[in-house]
Amino acid sequence: MHELSIANSILDAVRAEGARRPGTRLLKVGVRVGELSGVAPDSLSFCFDALVTGTDLAPLALEIETRPRRQRCPECDRTFRVVDYDVTCPDCGETETRCIGGDELEMVYLEMEEP
Amino acid sequence: MSKLPLEKKVLSENDRIAAELRARFAEHNILCLNLVSSPGAGKTTLLERTLEGFPPGERVAVLTGDIQTDNDARRLARFGFPVKQITTGGACHLDARMVERALAEWRLEELDLLLIENVGNLVCPASYDLGEAAKVVILSVAEGEDKPLKYPAMFFRAELLVLSKIDLLPHVPFSMASARENARRIHPGIEILEVSSATGVGLDTWRQWLDARRRAALAAATADVTPSRTAAG
Repeated sequence: MHELSIANSILDAVRAEGARRPGTRLLKVGVRVGELSGVAPDSLSFCFDALVTGTDLAPLALEIETRPRRQRCPECDRTFRVVDYDVTCPDCGETETRCIGGDELEMVYLEMEEP
Repeated sequence: MSKLPLEKKVLSENDRIAAELRARFAEHNILCLNLVSSPGAGKTTLLERTLEGFPPGERVAVLTGDIQTDNDARRLARFGFPVKQITTGGACHLDARMVERALAEWRLEELDLLLIENVGNLVCPASYDLGEAAKVVILSVAEGEDKPLKYPAMFFRAELLVLSKIDLLPHVPFSMASARENARRIHPGIEILEVSSATGVGLDTWRQWLDARRRAALAAATADVTPSRTAAG
């Protein structure tokens, strides 16, 4: 249950951006969560809402974009989405493929209303 | 209404501190390892066996994280090396700030190996970089062989998998082959060792791995400070 700490980190960054823009109403923050990030999107939303409710940041919303794991094959350069943990290249059968996405835990945007 | 692009990591503050720690470890030629597992997989016992095997004067120290109690620090302190307990008071993982604070009273120039025992948890510690050179994940044969599939984030990030408590194999339905296969499905390049801290089987291989990593860290540090011909013109 580190989603509470993660939600707190997001809000720290949001507050810092807000402080730089006095008078701005912060509406929504967009976050990208990869399936390998170890963060559960539902739990993150729950913690985020719990932290925001009743504070000066309310009714700030959280939008989570989830990302699947993607691999690249070093033999044939094919990139593919991993299904059922299978990292084998669907084209040439190479098993030692490299992860190129799915471990993201990033803030993407902050939506706001300027005064 | 406007949309401000942010494109920064959620844990950028933790990552910043971790990067500072990593630079300090490199400066002092310290190999730092982050040991992670579920509770009860044998992190502390593996550390006891590891410390026990070092000669007095070995430049090693241990940070051990738990939510409550300093039991682990007391178990590990009897070997005579510096040990410090980090009690998180509820947090399910260590973060870089906790490590930075814990290191404040130690002289890094007196160390060349720092072993961090994370809070027993296969989920949350995966997200927090502590400035370590590598994560080592420990999985005991008393757990399920499908753990890598259930907790992919951790196995994906660990460089070494230590399959522990192998003395229990005759008593538990655990397939070594499928545990290895599952780990490699998540992380094709993961190194895998088998140990029993109770009988000592496999501890030599673990020590060899540790020695090889220490030599590699030292070699990298030496290469860094030696001016290369090209750089010198």
